[in-house]
Amino acid sequence: MTDLTSLTLAEAREGLANKSFTSLELTDAHLGAIEAARVLNAFVLETPDQARAMARAIDAKIAKGEGGPLAGIPLGIKDLFATKDVRTTACSKILGNFVPPYESTVTSQLWRDGAVMLGKLNNDEFAMGSSNETSCFGPVVNPWRREGSNTTLVPGGSSGGSASAVAAQLCMGATATDTGGSIRQPAAFTATVGVKPTYGRCSRWGTVAFASSLDQAGPIARTVRDAAILMRSMAGHDPKDTTSVNCEVPDYEAAIGKSVKGMKIGIPKEYRLDGMPPEIEKLWSEGAAWLKASGAELVEVSLPHTKYALPAYYIVAPAEASSNLARYDGVRYGLRVPGRSIGEMYENTRAEGFGDEVRRRVMIGTYVLSAGYYDAYYLRAQKVRTLIKKDFEDCFAKGVSAILTPATPSAAFGIGEKGADPVEMYLNDIFTVTVNMAGLPGIAVPAGRDAQGLPLGLQLIGRPFDEETLFSLGEIVEQAAGRFTPPRWW
Amino acid sequence: MSATNGRLIKGATGDWEMVIGLEVHAQVTSNSKLFSGASTEFGGDPNTHVSLVDAAMPGMLPVINEFCVEQAVRTGLGLNAQINLRSVFDRKNYFYPDSPQGYQISQYKSPIVGEGEVIVDLPDGDSITVGIERLHLEQDAGKSLHDQHSTMSFVDLNRSGVALMEIVSKPDMRSAEQARAYVTKLRSILRYLGTCDGDMEKGNLRADVNVSVRKPGHALGTRCEIKNVNSIRFIGQAIEYEARRQVGILEDGGAIDQETRLFDANKGETRSMRSKEEAHDYRYFPDPDLLPLEFSETYVAELRAQLPELPDQKKARFIADFGLSPYDASVLVAERESADFYETVLAKLADKVRDGKLAANWVINELFGRVNKEGRDISASPVSAAQLGAIVDLIGEGTISGKIAKDLFEIVWTEGGDPRALVEARGLKQVTDLGAIEKVVDNIIAANPDKVAQARAKPQLIGWFVGQVMKSSGGKANPQSVNDLLKAKLGI
Repeated sequence: MTDLTSLTLAEAREGLANKSFTSLELTDAHLGAIEAARVLNAFVLETPDQARAMARAIDAKIAKGEGGPLAGIPLGIKDLFATKDVRTTACSKILGNFVPPYESTVTSQLWRDGAVMLGKLNNDEFAMGSSNETSCFGPVVNPWRREGSNTTLVPGGSSGGSASAVAAQLCMGATATDTGGSIRQPAAFTATVGVKPTYGRCSRWGTVAFASSLDQAGPIARTVRDAAILMRSMAGHDPKDTTSVNCEVPDYEAAIGKSVKGMKIGIPKEYRLDGMPPEIEKLWSEGAAWLKASGAELVEVSLPHTKYALPAYYIVAPAEASSNLARYDGVRYGLRVPGRSIGEMYENTRAEGFGDEVRRRVMIGTYVLSAGYYDAYYLRAQKVRTLIKKDFEDCFAKGVSAILTPATPSAAFGIGEKGADPVEMYLNDIFTVTVNMAGLPGIAVPAGRDAQGLPLGLQLIGRPFDEETLFSLGEIVEQAAGRFTPPRWW
Repeated sequence: MSATNGRLIKGATGDWEMVIGLEVHAQVTSNSKLFSGASTEFGGDPNTHVSLVDAAMPGMLPVINEFCVEQAVRTGLGLNAQINLRSVFDRKNYFYPDSPQGYQISQYKSPIVGEGEVIVDLPDGDSITVGIERLHLEQDAGKSLHDQHSTMSFVDLNRSGVALMEIVSKPDMRSAEQARAYVTKLRSILRYLGTCDGDMEKGNLRADVNVSVRKPGHALGTRCEIKNVNSIRFIGQAIEYEARRQVGILEDGGAIDQETRLFDANKGETRSMRSKEEAHDYRYFPDPDLLPLEFSETYVAELRAQLPELPDQKKARFIADFGLSPYDASVLVAERESADFYETVLAKLADKVRDGKLAANWVINELFGRVNKEGRDISASPVSAAQLGAIVDLIGEGTISGKIAKDLFEIVWTEGGDPRALVEARGLKQVTDLGAIEKVVDNIIAANPDKVAQARAKPQLIGWFVGQVMKSSGGKANPQSVNDLLKAKLGI
């Protein structure tokens, strides 16, 4: 059955339509692969019974010619998405065995379109992390290793389970979320394609909140086309999320292969960091060259407030998180650690329920919102955010259609390598946070490998609600760079 | 304009003036909650009106209830206040079991309604203007129940997320009486608008009372806030107690600690709840789940055009059109139901202008008097507005006397029936036939020669004759005619 798991989503879609195989066969192949890959710790909950039931149901529909755009496609779901009657934890002890009586809007749209759920995917606790090491279920292992090395590497985070599972062919695609780079950075670390849509493109309803003004759901897939197919089902206006935007969802797949001739692509000079590894530099230039060869015009652009983005992000995101996570108090659901008073119960529950990184961010967030500090931190960070947004607007106003940058400052690192200094970990998001701060769409596409054979990705940043251009450009990079599959060692 | 004519407290070191400002929490009349579709119905079994949003389940998001916004705007218009076309919802962060989100969604820096004013009538006939600082929308909390279990507290989230309007006054009141009158007036306006039912027993209207004292003309003193006072009477008691407590401390050379206090209705006193040092840092910030609330001038204009007539306008109309005294007009407009009742009576009158004032007297003295005495609601009055209108008509046109009218009112109250038909059937008509009256007068004079002699010497004794004639006619003789005839016959 190995053949079936190595298909792309688009190929599987064709096979299902041709009746070359059934969704149940496809699902079983993936369930087998998941079982064989438990060492990766990508899934925190496997739902084989549900998967087979969904597959049988959709097979019956396909037989009648009724399947939707994702009919029979097995997917993995990040554990941040509430799934009805299926344990949802955000990979935090504090949610315990929480089983939501509701389905997130994004996943319900996937099921509406005929997809099959294989299980729930690991992530950093409450999506706070860049290495998937903060999960209460333990770290996820990257299917990629350095050439000639057995060192286990992180898949990036927070959507590490999604990236690892897609790269290792445990599912045909996965849902993910991105608050500061949580889709694009793990995609880059695992040679997968990750799309962070425009803020408001996908509903946040039913997705465990980290930082409400930055969170956005998106897909991780093995090809640009697969990501485009998933995006169309995930996106759309939701009256239950007033920050979701009521504009038509285009056929993203149709954007693939469209000419980019004459399109202006910005290369932001501020992203050329001091001490950037030469192989990242090289990757970036190669990417630019590929786009140029396709007829795009490259222009140097300036995003002058870039250097303030990361510090400002680490004020805004924890501030919102400190408030969003206040509901995990042991009163109504999830973990409760008793105490002699209500105050003590709160303290015991939250001390035991939250991991170090979550506690750190709750404390930072509480601090920056406190009376006397609000103006100096939160308010100033919001002003920076406005300036960052304006940087991009100025750039787009000059006719730039998209901006090309590296996705990460390095390739995947070893598990436990960057645990000591949180700031070193935060620097992983240096190329990605600006996009969340400005609410723009971004895509990470595999573009090459470093000297040790590890994948590296490029990022394309688009105009608001112009994900289509990102798919057009992303596919050019993909075609030029080729696809990268990790050798199976597990 | 702010109030100045308050009552001063006599202290050992001179007079003290109290300065009072109120934050009134008024539950918005709406079928569903401020940010969820759950019902706002009162009195359901615990936790039966709770949506996933109200229980703050993971991933749930608030969606503004547009009707609540409309209610807040209408209230702002009723308070003659600035309507802000753009306002922002903020999170007020604090932990408490009846606050499931861990924060209350409120409005901090940019409220939906800005400055306005309320004209408050005082019982002595004076009126003051109380400034409104702001009105904002916020979520109510749930209810903690501490008496259900020996070691545990229970939480009922039925109220959690219900829309409240917090109406903040300026510190424009100078006596407990003014504060009571302000809340009474505010409640009346809200009830006219239908934006809050004002039911204080259910907690649908409650006030945080800010009190400070100062020597007249001096700068404002340090204030204390008395939380959650839930009746107009208690508001008055809490202010009286608190102002005297503060004067006592200041006159003993002490200083007032800015603090939050509670009113103990059983003891009639306030006591400290938390000091300024213990005050929460609510870490307000704009709620990222909600976009700023924006609407157009047209939207406001449409709501303005649909406003009902409010108490002040109604009072002015009653005075101008029917010659009511300001006091009577105030009594009638205080409750929309009373005013409506009076207007229905008016509608039944043959001559509104002639009898409007008479009708007011009957509504206030006879009907309200009787309704209050029996502890009934005006809507449950056995005498309908139509029946009372008929009684007033009968008096106005001279068919019955005021005295007979009272008897008739009693009959209608206890037995019901059409007043005009009752007058016919029971022969209650006023006798205006001079011949008939004259006959009675002659009889009385003939039967009492000694009284006649006395009356000629002492004309005030005519009253005795009038009484006899009225008694003899069963009260139906026209008193004026009786008087005239007696004077002529007795030669006085």
